[in-house]
Amino acid sequence: MKKQLTLSKEYLKGLWDQNPVFKQALGLCPVLAVTVSAINGIAMALATTFVLTSASLIISSIRKLIPTQVRIAAYILIIATFVTIVDLVMKAQFPELSKALGPYIPLIVVNCLILGRQEAFSSKNTVGRSLLDSLGMGTGFLIALFVLGGLREIFGTGTLLGIQVMPDFYEPWLVMILPAGAFLTLGLLFGAANSYLQKKEQDEKNYLIEKYLKAKKEADEMGGQAKWN
Amino acid sequence: MTTTTTENPVYKLELASSPHLHSRWNTKQAMWLVVLALLPAVISAVIFFGFYQLLIITVAIGFAVGTEAVIKLIRKQKVTITDGSGIITGLLLALILPPDFNLAFTALGSIVAIGLGKEIFGGLGFNIFNPALVGRAFLQAAFPVPMTTWTKPNFTEVDSITTATPLSAFKFDSVATELSSMFIGNIGGSIGETSAIAILLGGLFLIFAGVVNYRVPAAMVIGAVIFGGVFWLIDPALYPNPLFHLTAGGFLFGALFMATDWVTSPMTLKGMWIFGLGISLVLIIIRLFGGLPEGVMYAILFMNAFVPLINRYTRPRVFGEVK
Repeated sequence: MKKQLTLSKEYLKGLWDQNPVFKQALGLCPVLAVTVSAINGIAMALATTFVLTSASLIISSIRKLIPTQVRIAAYILIIATFVTIVDLVMKAQFPELSKALGPYIPLIVVNCLILGRQEAFSSKNTVGRSLLDSLGMGTGFLIALFVLGGLREIFGTGTLLGIQVMPDFYEPWLVMILPAGAFLTLGLLFGAANSYLQKKEQDEKNYLIEKYLKAKKEADEMGGQAKWN
Repeated sequence: MTTTTTENPVYKLELASSPHLHSRWNTKQAMWLVVLALLPAVISAVIFFGFYQLLIITVAIGFAVGTEAVIKLIRKQKVTITDGSGIITGLLLALILPPDFNLAFTALGSIVAIGLGKEIFGGLGFNIFNPALVGRAFLQAAFPVPMTTWTKPNFTEVDSITTATPLSAFKFDSVATELSSMFIGNIGGSIGETSAIAILLGGLFLIFAGVVNYRVPAAMVIGAVIFGGVFWLIDPALYPNPLFHLTAGGFLFGALFMATDWVTSPMTLKGMWIFGLGISLVLIIIRLFGGLPEGVMYAILFMNAFVPLINRYTRPRVFGEVK
């Protein structure tokens, strides 16, 4: 049995340690497609979070009733129900946003982040933990989409959330709001995340080596009494 | 392509796995020979488009070399700007930009070319795509309008500021340009690409100096004549003749200076032929049926992506190897 995380860590792991985009590389299709502006990214992330959380709640509460053989079909059915709700609500309340996101709202049904979390987490954990996990993943998704959408909006149109941030002489780089810009930005963000991680690991290693050497030196000074394996 | 990159090749023992390729020049010397070979194109640029083009070239080279130095410093590696590869990338990028191009955009193109085209893969020798073309492709996507605004050359009677390139004139207005002016270079087009004769001069110098292999340009020319010729024979009124394909746009410049890049072209001799023919096929398809008038840049970048595959499947068999 794996050691259980504390409840706060269950939520926080989605923000960075297991960030759905930067660490698990899940749900990249909407990540790349809708992030032409920060507001689109936020809307997409909120819609996904809603579906993820609701589906997790239902699935974790009936996880013992779903037969293993048909679990995927059952998950999809539950997810699709909530996606339909989101789709209709957005069409009614935010028609502009709904138009901008286009087919990507219905496509949340097949977002691998949602199905992946049901399969990997909600089907094996209690309702409370599943709720925290899906909220954490949703927040991580929101952060990733906001950063990506924000960067693309700043460089591609010179604005952030519709407010001009670049000076007047700035000529927008059209490429950033084209698909190529999505791949470039996401690739660079992945690279930055990985290089940060490598550096952190190296620092930890160096710290352990230093600690070992220091302890060894002390032991030697004591007359070589302690044994080192 | 494994080449020696040492300052002192005679005295240093190189330990590297095969294939070993021997060349008359080390990297540094070869890079300066390329710069020398580009001089006729630079001179033609000044003649046809004025001295402002020298400013573009200076900015492009300056930012290319500067970006390389900064990235090497950040990564705490040896600063290798003296090997001349940054200078060539900057120079090549400047020569394939439109005349009178915005200097800030030029600088951005250089930064992208070196940063995203070369250093992100690990520096010289590790890049998949031709850095100068990566820079231009980025600019083309980022600033489509300035990138297709062609200043007219100095020696025309037409009283206008901009002009169409022979390719766009043919594609969108069905106007054929005289081959003689295309050969000399008195046409609209990128800074260093218009004068076929200046490019040929530099390119042939490179081939005879042994810096580049003749096979890739030869394959491209043969490919363009065959693929372009087939369509011309089908309907001469609708499709341009093969000579037009050879002299128009960036074909010669791409064939002699871009596709022959050591790093991004195949190692094997058979592979070079496949690579060149592939570029021409993609190019003719883009020129005749694509939405863009010119496609040398995309054709070369496209085939760059296939180079590892070509290398793998054209590997010469070891003597005695059973297939």
